[in-house]
Amino acid sequence: MIPFVEVEGVAAPILQSNIDTDQITPGHTGMKVQKSGFGAGLFFNWRYLADGSPNPDFILNQAAYQGASFIVSGANFGCGSSREFAVWALRDFGIRAVLAPSFGAIFTANCYTNGLLPITLPEPDIAAIGASVTAASARLTVSLQDCRVSAPDGRVYPFKVPALQRERLLEGLDPIDHTRKRENLITAFQEKDAALRPWIYWH
Amino acid sequence: MNPTVNSRTLFDKIWDNHLVADMGDGAFLMHIDRHFLNEVSGAVSLKELDRRERRVRNPELTFGTLDHVLETVPGRGMTTRMPGGNDFLSEFVKRIVPHNIRFFDINDPRQGIVHVIAPELGIALPGVTFISGDSHTCTVGAVGAFAFGVGSSDSEHALVTQTLVQTKPKTMRANLNGAVSKGIYAKDIILALIGKYGAAGGTGYAVEFAGETVRSMSMAGRLTLCNMAVEFGGRTGMVAPDDITFSFLEGREFSPKGQSWRDALAFWRMLPSDAGAKFDTEIELDCASLSPQVTWGTSPEHVIGITDMVPDPALTQNAVARASQERALAYGGIKPGQPLEGLEVSGAFIGSCTNSRIDDLRAAADVLRGHKVSASVLSICVPGSTAVKRQAEAEGLDRVFLDAGFQWRESGCSLCMSGATGGESFAANSRVIASTNRNFEDRQGPHVRSHLASPATVAASAIAGHIVDVRTFVRST
Repeated sequence: MIPFVEVEGVAAPILQSNIDTDQITPGHTGMKVQKSGFGAGLFFNWRYLADGSPNPDFILNQAAYQGASFIVSGANFGCGSSREFAVWALRDFGIRAVLAPSFGAIFTANCYTNGLLPITLPEPDIAAIGASVTAASARLTVSLQDCRVSAPDGRVYPFKVPALQRERLLEGLDPIDHTRKRENLITAFQEKDAALRPWIYWH
Repeated sequence: MNPTVNSRTLFDKIWDNHLVADMGDGAFLMHIDRHFLNEVSGAVSLKELDRRERRVRNPELTFGTLDHVLETVPGRGMTTRMPGGNDFLSEFVKRIVPHNIRFFDINDPRQGIVHVIAPELGIALPGVTFISGDSHTCTVGAVGAFAFGVGSSDSEHALVTQTLVQTKPKTMRANLNGAVSKGIYAKDIILALIGKYGAAGGTGYAVEFAGETVRSMSMAGRLTLCNMAVEFGGRTGMVAPDDITFSFLEGREFSPKGQSWRDALAFWRMLPSDAGAKFDTEIELDCASLSPQVTWGTSPEHVIGITDMVPDPALTQNAVARASQERALAYGGIKPGQPLEGLEVSGAFIGSCTNSRIDDLRAAADVLRGHKVSASVLSICVPGSTAVKRQAEAEGLDRVFLDAGFQWRESGCSLCMSGATGGESFAANSRVIASTNRNFEDRQGPHVRSHLASPATVAASAIAGHIVDVRTFVRST
């Protein structure tokens, strides 16, 4: 996982609500038994016209938003399918954080395991940030160190990230290795629980 | 002892029973009792686990089956038309077997959609934590479990450690009251609830469905309610276990037996929310006044009763929500103020983890009996499990579907989702009525307009050739 400390980059506003993971990575865009290499399929049905050429109306195809690091979106971003391909596609495309009023729960969990930062901000803040990232000036700075978003108009928005997720993102820690350090606690739990709920455990 | 201080919700009790370690700032390492793998997310998690030379910590608590990629056409084999799908099938089978995980493969009579077979086999039990690499895992919260979907990386985490890190969601109780009228099903109730409170109405919550309507509902109906908890934004959906739950689970293959069953039963009877338990939020729905629900747009929250008119986005205050509604109307070729009744459909699909259980097939068959589907409607029924299919055939329901002009398929996720399941799509630009859970853009094929409804409404609309009020059929049959 690439650590996330502070990132400065272009933000693309896609101000729709309920952008689901089927839109982020449509099923037909080449799912593979692997965890990377999905950037080309990101927002495939929105990014490309039926003839395969880029859709000039879609924001990620516009000159001002090339190389975007952030997406600013409406409520419930990443709802729908649990497909982690959606997070891999965003990450592989170069997106480091998504800013929205709310997120799908599974998408949020998938973001954290892959170093993508989901930033939850109130709707008025999202509307203000969305309005501030114009074609003329679309760069934001997101600091996970300070938990702050700095917009082009000079406004600063504080956000919250759970401490454990923040620590893992800042240091790029592998969650599985982190949990395995508590193996003795897992064994102790199962021994105690097997006395309380023996029907859970069979051999 | 102050009873209100110690009163806990069903969710609180399950949460408290599974805490392995406090990870700080509200995060806890939580034990996972049951983990079910499918061939999409499971293939990726097992491949990564093998690459890192990690081992499955508790294979006896882990299960696997094929549902997503596997085709559902009669005579199917271990190949699929889904691009890249054969790799998922072959990688998954190759990797799951050496880990000694119980695996219900293509020829196993226990094969089926994870969320259909987990309760059917007694793998999902009251009070358990249950995960699977599919968002509709919340379905099995209907037995009184904390069940939720995960991505491949979290699935790998659980394979290696039998735990996941979770922050505690808030609790919400959805009080569903009133006796539903004929032609109204659990699907109509959950669609109406999502319509009333929005697709993010349950975001941040574990949602317990309660109230007299739920108490008298069959397990199939409860599974349908909880299935769409994720479409409501909920971390999970759940129903307190009761005698309906226990009689459903007793004698199932992986349910406890004998003294173990009696011990479990005593424990399970303590699980329902205490009388004084406090929920962070309570919401209501009057089910007695519901008409059959059908979606008009591209989110499950875009839903109206069959006798209602499509809303005008101009009346929506929030600019982002308004833009989304306008986009949905344009996608669907729908105008504000029009009814959905009468809209021609060219596809009808009965199946998916939402509505593919034996009760669903019986309800649809009751509508279809003695009728033929319109010649212009491609009509497909896909039972949710091989066991459901065999049960339906034993009851002669397959003949009802076939005689009416429906295709009768093998079990799997099928046309619920094009591209990533079953290798099939509905025709580009077609309008489809489906008993599934997602009406997202392109979900069932390129620019396919999907309308979600109950299996009975789907069956009635297939006969009529257009979206119809199923109550006219229920009354006449």
